[in-house]
Amino acid sequence: MPDLIGLRKSLLVVAFLLIFIFSGLSFYRSRHLKEPLVAGEGVLEVRKLSDYFSGLKGSINDAKVYVLGNRAEGSSGGAALILGGSHPEEPAGRLAAWLIVENARVEGGRIFVIPTANPSASTATRLGGAYPPDYTIDTPWGRQTFRQGDRWSNPLDQWPDPEVYIHYPSRQQLAYMDIRNQNRTWPGRPNGTMTEKTCYAMTRLILSEKIDLVIDLHEAELQYPVISTIVAHEKGADLAAAASMFISSVEGFAIGVENSPKALRGLSHREIGDATDAISLLLEAPEPFLDATRGRTDRALLLTGKDEFVVRAGKRGLLFEKIDENGWPIDIRVGRHTSTVLQILENWSADRPDRAVVVSGVPRYTEVVAKGTGAFLKDPGTAPAGKLFFE
Amino acid sequence: MATLITILYYLLLAFFAAGFIWNFRKSRNWQTEALYLIVLLPFLLRLFRLK
Repeated sequence: MPDLIGLRKSLLVVAFLLIFIFSGLSFYRSRHLKEPLVAGEGVLEVRKLSDYFSGLKGSINDAKVYVLGNRAEGSSGGAALILGGSHPEEPAGRLAAWLIVENARVEGGRIFVIPTANPSASTATRLGGAYPPDYTIDTPWGRQTFRQGDRWSNPLDQWPDPEVYIHYPSRQQLAYMDIRNQNRTWPGRPNGTMTEKTCYAMTRLILSEKIDLVIDLHEAELQYPVISTIVAHEKGADLAAAASMFISSVEGFAIGVENSPKALRGLSHREIGDATDAISLLLEAPEPFLDATRGRTDRALLLTGKDEFVVRAGKRGLLFEKIDENGWPIDIRVGRHTSTVLQILENWSADRPDRAVVVSGVPRYTEVVAKGTGAFLKDPGTAPAGKLFFE
Repeated sequence: MATLITILYYLLLAFFAAGFIWNFRKSRNWQTEALYLIVLLPFLLRLFRLK
């Protein structure tokens, strides 16, 4: 009998170890997946956030900052900061930032791009959300895999959460987990949590580089009223409205404008505009993957944006953006972001020629939709020496 | 303070993980043994900083 018990325990331990090793490897690979990024001809140098705030050195959130400019022009003109991956589970923002770094040629001014503004959040997925660990984009040279990510910094990197998150400096009370939400911790503080320190480092960047425009790239569920829009600090209301009008008339899609609410604290479009001289704008594209009424939460839903349950919610008038059986494919969402960024820069440069930021080479909406996002991702296998980086 | 709490948290995880392993060894009921191992899994994933 004791031998039978020993055999049974041994079998249970073997089964346990198989499950532990399988799940552990999956989580490890997801957390440590390296995403190649080929710096385009516009990239002058690659810095890190710790260059602006040493308190982030050694942290997972010491994100790479790609500085794009024109060597012949020097540092004359204006400067823009583009943030992707503040919420990594909103992939169109990261992919649009990727396309800008890999394809942009800067003819005037400088562009700072942080494709993964919250690296920690890109290494976790939503607890209980059944998210896929990653997703893959088809390209002419093969497939490129990106981490799925979450809305909040990974609890492995920032823990514990408080009972109530009290935003600094407003002291507004917010949900406990939003202390790990990078779009609730602006403008940040040097002695705060990792997420607050990350925002503080970016605020230091904005101040020290005299950034004129900050564009934070996001996506939203269709049941959220702030969608398909530019959320603008009051300093940027005219710029956003002009960009919206140009886009809606020539680009083939419509985008609205929302005022940044003064009573909701910690968001980039509010705090950056208040704490610095920069104009802060936040772009939202539709992402059915995030809707609470979605069905199976898999890679296909993330990339196609097709979901029969979200469509049903739309037929019942529960959505703030239209959806049909064609869904919201990733190429449409990425194209909306690239075109909107380009249009904002064009309008800004026309208004402020002394602070112009002139860029070319970045595909617009129609190109991204026609050729696919992958057509504009560069092959890391043929990257010139010194041009290959990993996010 | 957060660092101290985190260290205490990981010590607590290790304590409970050791307790589950100890109880698994002592148990003579297969359902209880399986239960101890199932409960142990998330503790170890966190202890090894995998999830």
